[in-house]
Amino acid sequence: MSVLSVARKMLLLLAVPVVLIAAWWFATAHSTNFFWPPLHDILATFGDTWFHGRFTADVLPSVARLLAGYFLALILGVGLGVAIGSLRWLRALLEPVLEFFRAIPSPVLVPILMLFAGIGDGMKILVIVSGCVWPVLLNTVEGVRGLDEVLTDTARCYRMRPHSRLIHLVLRGASPQIAAGARQALSIGIILMVISEMFAANSGVGFTIVQFQRSFSIPQMWTGIILLGLIGNVLSIIFQIVESRALSWYTGLRRSQRES
Amino acid sequence: MTATTTTGATAAATSGRRPRALPAWVLGLIGLAGLMLLTELAPRAGLVSRRYLPPFSDMMAALGDEAKTSTFWQSLLDTLRGWAIGLAIALVAGVLLGIVIGSLPAVRAALTSTIEFLRPIPSVALIPLAVLLYGPTPRSTLLLVVYASFWQVLVQVLYGVQDVDPVARETARSYRFRPLTQVRTVIWPTALPYVVTGFRLGAAVALILEITGELVIGSPGLGQQIAVAQNSEAVPSMYALVIVVGLLGVLVNVVVRALERRALRWHPSIRREMIS
Repeated sequence: MSVLSVARKMLLLLAVPVVLIAAWWFATAHSTNFFWPPLHDILATFGDTWFHGRFTADVLPSVARLLAGYFLALILGVGLGVAIGSLRWLRALLEPVLEFFRAIPSPVLVPILMLFAGIGDGMKILVIVSGCVWPVLLNTVEGVRGLDEVLTDTARCYRMRPHSRLIHLVLRGASPQIAAGARQALSIGIILMVISEMFAANSGVGFTIVQFQRSFSIPQMWTGIILLGLIGNVLSIIFQIVESRALSWYTGLRRSQRES
Repeated sequence: MTATTTTGATAAATSGRRPRALPAWVLGLIGLAGLMLLTELAPRAGLVSRRYLPPFSDMMAALGDEAKTSTFWQSLLDTLRGWAIGLAIALVAGVLLGIVIGSLPAVRAALTSTIEFLRPIPSVALIPLAVLLYGPTPRSTLLLVVYASFWQVLVQVLYGVQDVDPVARETARSYRFRPLTQVRTVIWPTALPYVVTGFRLGAAVALILEITGELVIGSPGLGQQIAVAQNSEAVPSMYALVIVVGLLGVLVNVVVRALERRALRWHPSIRREMIS
């Protein structure tokens, strides 16, 4: 029975993707259309394109910049968010300003940040930080504001020290919201990683893909699109694993509340 | 706006011992004024180079000059049109497909892995393809906008359809409601709050991708104007256009939230908010 159900699950998981890939494969098998090269040509060039030096020269630096910017944004967003969420006057003071900054589509900040930080790594990390910080910040503010009042009062009654109050009450209590913000920030970060490299760079995944497109190396360009899709997927899977570990107490709590 | 004033009122009411506490919206205005003052004074005092950050008054003057040109208004129109068309296509496609996929458990189970795989593909990965297929035209930007906002809507609709009360669904089935009637009377009311959430998320994402497409691909719109200002080193106009884009984003958020409240007037979550 369990073997059957596992097989069923695998079938459900893989059937449609396999069909789609097969459809792509056969639909383009003898394609002479310049823009839609045969899938096996794309796959054949994949290794040559990315694993002969480009992986360490372009892919890893891109991902490193993304992670650096992302974690900086997390620290900044959570730190500021806790401060803004805990102080009512500060929240009222900054709310319209934050609404405005959040509403600016972050790619338009690239030209501005280029003025300040040139076109080096610093600019790209800054662009990623400037886009990722808002969802984290605003969600942290909401999370801190929505803390359970009974818990805050209890912490006050027990005279918890500010330090342990921050870690065990505020950050813990706001962590589901923080995670929601962090998830949004991750997809924004990937977008900005690519955009910042499309503007001005001499390395990176985004830069390389645009080069392929400009030189009409179509199969290589397709491998780039596939690679970006894979990067997006791998990062989102890692995020889900970390999140489900870190928030297992919360999902368990929700489940028991729903059952009762 | 009403939301901030009511929270301000309750804030003033709860902190009764400090009657001089300012209402929230006044503090908010002070915050905005402070930001403007900072951008005015920092370059004038020489803290930041004026070449990088012109004083706020320069940005406003550049905005005034922009507002006199027809290019500016045409670009604004192009941006809004691209955003609206892309969002509309994504919304219709997302809702229809979401309801169909969501109501057929077998299809849903089979498609979950595909959706989970396609969704995290960053929409900007399609930029080179869009450029090759359509060149710097509104259509290539439209492709990005639709792709990015479609997933937001679809995933929300799928959650919404899953949330339908099983008893209601079984009842409708027992009474042999026709499929369309089932959708209208059982699925749609439950899914509507989720659809609206998807619409809100999709609207914001669509604007981001619309501007990004214009900026990177060069299709007509405000993003393209920003690129032009950047290339001609017209820094104040560049800031002015970024401010316009930001205000556009705020406007989209405000309008979408107003629509949300209107579409869900009957829903308990909104009604509870209005009573309290």
